[in-house]
Amino acid sequence: MKNNNEAIAADNYKYIGTRSIRPDGFEKVTGRANYGADLSLPGMIWGKMLRSPHAHAMIKNIDTSRAEALAGVMAIVTYDDFPGVSSEIVAAGEGTEDLLDLARNLMADGKVLYHGHAILGVAAISKQIAEQALELIDIDYDILPAVLDVRDAMAKDAPILHQTMFTKGLSETPTTPSNVASVVELKKGDILAGFAQADIVIEREFYTPTVHQGYIEPHACTVRYDEHGQSMVWCSTQGHFDVRSTTAKLLHMSLSKLKVIASEIGGGFGGKTTVYLEPVALLMSKKTGRPVKMLMDRDEVFKASGPGSATRNWIKVGARNDGTITAMQGKLHYEAGAFKGSPARLGGMTAFTPYDVENMFVECFDVVVNKPKVAAYRAPGAPQAEYAAEMIISELAARLEIDPIDFRLQNVAKEGTKTIYGPKLKKVGLVECLEAAKNSPHYQQPLKDNQGRGVSSGFWFNIGGSSSVTLNMNRDGTGTIVEGSPDIGGSRASMQLMAAETLGIAADNFKTVVADTENIAHNDGTGGSRTTFATGMAVVEAAKDVIRQMKSRAASVWSVEVDTIDWVDGVAINIDSTEKLSAAEICATADRTGGQISGQGNINARGAGPSFAVHICDVEVDKETGKVDVVRYTAIQDAGKAIHPSYVEGQYQGGAAQGIGWALNEEYVYNDKGILQNPGFLDYRIPLASDLPMIETVIVEVPNPAHPFGVRGVGETGIIPPLAATAYAVSDAINAPITDLPCSPPNVLAVIQANS
Amino acid sequence: MAKIHVSTTVNGDAVEFLCNPGETLLDILRNDLQLTGTKEGCGSGDCGACSITVDDRLVCSCLVLAVEAEGKAIGTIEGVADKDQLNVIQQKFLEHAALQCGICTPGLIVSVQALLKENPEPTEEEARYYLAGNLCRCTGYDKIIRAVLDAAETMRGAA
Repeated sequence: MKNNNEAIAADNYKYIGTRSIRPDGFEKVTGRANYGADLSLPGMIWGKMLRSPHAHAMIKNIDTSRAEALAGVMAIVTYDDFPGVSSEIVAAGEGTEDLLDLARNLMADGKVLYHGHAILGVAAISKQIAEQALELIDIDYDILPAVLDVRDAMAKDAPILHQTMFTKGLSETPTTPSNVASVVELKKGDILAGFAQADIVIEREFYTPTVHQGYIEPHACTVRYDEHGQSMVWCSTQGHFDVRSTTAKLLHMSLSKLKVIASEIGGGFGGKTTVYLEPVALLMSKKTGRPVKMLMDRDEVFKASGPGSATRNWIKVGARNDGTITAMQGKLHYEAGAFKGSPARLGGMTAFTPYDVENMFVECFDVVVNKPKVAAYRAPGAPQAEYAAEMIISELAARLEIDPIDFRLQNVAKEGTKTIYGPKLKKVGLVECLEAAKNSPHYQQPLKDNQGRGVSSGFWFNIGGSSSVTLNMNRDGTGTIVEGSPDIGGSRASMQLMAAETLGIAADNFKTVVADTENIAHNDGTGGSRTTFATGMAVVEAAKDVIRQMKSRAASVWSVEVDTIDWVDGVAINIDSTEKLSAAEICATADRTGGQISGQGNINARGAGPSFAVHICDVEVDKETGKVDVVRYTAIQDAGKAIHPSYVEGQYQGGAAQGIGWALNEEYVYNDKGILQNPGFLDYRIPLASDLPMIETVIVEVPNPAHPFGVRGVGETGIIPPLAATAYAVSDAINAPITDLPCSPPNVLAVIQANS
Repeated sequence: MAKIHVSTTVNGDAVEFLCNPGETLLDILRNDLQLTGTKEGCGSGDCGACSITVDDRLVCSCLVLAVEAEGKAIGTIEGVADKDQLNVIQQKFLEHAALQCGICTPGLIVSVQALLKENPEPTEEEARYYLAGNLCRCTGYDKIIRAVLDAAETMRGAA
């Protein structure tokens, strides 16, 4: 086994950087932690969705009479039960979505747009009866041809999904509806002049399939509607405040009348930043007066939650013989699924950002097809575009006979580099990551027969946003950190370490609570790699507030001015007299000095620091079967500062594993009618323990100047480099270009045969 | 349809329940016995989140009919710790940060316990293949495998 504990950069923190035991660990290893499906209420009934068997069809008639006659069926809800929905942009995960699309995705409005599209919901006294009732509903469809690929969707005579959708972003206003929702152009410099300076130009089109986040916990909720009091939603979500605002908008409720409790969350990766069940379950509860539980089956998760976009991305890059890149161009086509809103633009913004190149031009197409509406998936949009760009970069390096890391270093983006989307990069750590990669033992290791190596950079912006934290000090000097960011990967532990470091009080004196929407002010969701950065900043603010109050109490006890009080290691010190009062002593007497002590940190965090990564992948290819094994893998990434190194490494390793799965195996398989063929973990094959080697990690720390401890987000970048690192390694091993993912055995064998 | 009466033991406790013939043991554990530590990830035996033991045999409880529990000894995650004393596997999962979201963790711990009972000294490869039926989407398995090998070593040392 390799040493996983390499960290670059040194500092003098006492608690930050330690590998403390997570405070929610005991509950999670004993089965006591409660996830989305784990809450039951007295009198509770069950809801199930009826889903479309067709990819594209008009609904001519719905007959629910046989289902309603079944004993135990309590209610049926359809789109018409929404109290009137209009088009409005609402927050959703790392971006926004149109409320009208969201409603029509929750339940079809006269037309089904993908296999698995929800049509109506049935509530019954048991799950079994709800499922039986679905079989008794008769629907007449007028089946339409399905559009399953951006090429077909953009063809002149393509069947149109939405007659009301006209392409946005064109120079001339279109007069006919289109499946292209929008076109966005991003540019910098003069692309034609850039290519004119090049000695060598490579261009290719790359394909990436529809992939799913593959969280192990299906979507789940238990709800109770209360006309006069407080309605409640318990659900598995990355952002319960967003669930509240979206659901309240859809159902015309005020925010204060709807409480959303975030259960423990069994994975999300962006896929749990919107709603699929909650508003429908509330409608059922409203109709029946009973609490309602809804769980998605696994096949529903695949068919009808929000996967990541399939893409066709054309990339062209030119360089001089000395290794200077002169121009980078892309034409990116992202499937949005059935409703507009793919992350095509984010693809365009990220594709070339690891490079300091004068001339860049990207066109980004957001295209609807008859597949489920895409949702965020870890660095949404970036893996697909950066995959294509990094494949070309590696190929260029090989053609120029320059080491692929040296080639990247020669053209590297750094502080001051102007991005294609406008601003200049602030302090970033890509150079350090590339150097760490070059110096890694992995990169020095020679390859064996049938093996290949790939290297890839990765870039993601990260976001800040709204976070609110209350730090309640207890009478014994311990503290409760009340935050509102669902803990998806150990963030409670990081919050405690940051509170401990700020206050100088050992981390195990704190307990972190993820509060519901009633017990803390608004928090944006856990997404955009924002939690340790932004909510961490709010924790620091709350802790500083506590210190201010503690110092003021000590000053009043000693009848001195507050500026004569110092705060060292959790103790107030009178610098004139050397008198001391510990946090525990101040808390114990707080009622006598002005009441209980509670710190507040409500912020809109600015200055999120981009995180760059470099991955190295070695594969071995069985040339008889096309099977690819990853034999060695190293993930190097700039964390800014790793608050809890184990959970930072865990993000790198988990991102790498998801990216390896994307590169090697994962894909939605549709037949020509648009019916999903593999809605289960047996056939949609995410990596197993036996598929992977240990994933070596190097934590690079180039502090983010905007964060008190230098934190950058680390959650997302790690999924970007594996696609090109792995696919290029395959290409290197078989000595033939790879363009289409996944590098599954039949696909790789076809490339081998075509090139032999 | 008449329900069937089943007598069994769960984590050593004598338990009786009524079930429909088609009901899974997972549904009975979670919905009737309120033992929600056993998780449902797929319902088709592909993810291992619902791993339990039936007479010491590791199974996916979503693939076991509840009636099959008759007369058997069922072991779930709730029976792994001794009161509030974590067993070595649970402790090593925490020390190695071998969980992120934690939804696969109960099933994995039950599976690791079965692995180490069968093979107290697994190689990394043996551990990876034994646990190939337990999907984890967060960790990339690295820290899980380290926790398993460390737990095995600690348990051998204590034996």
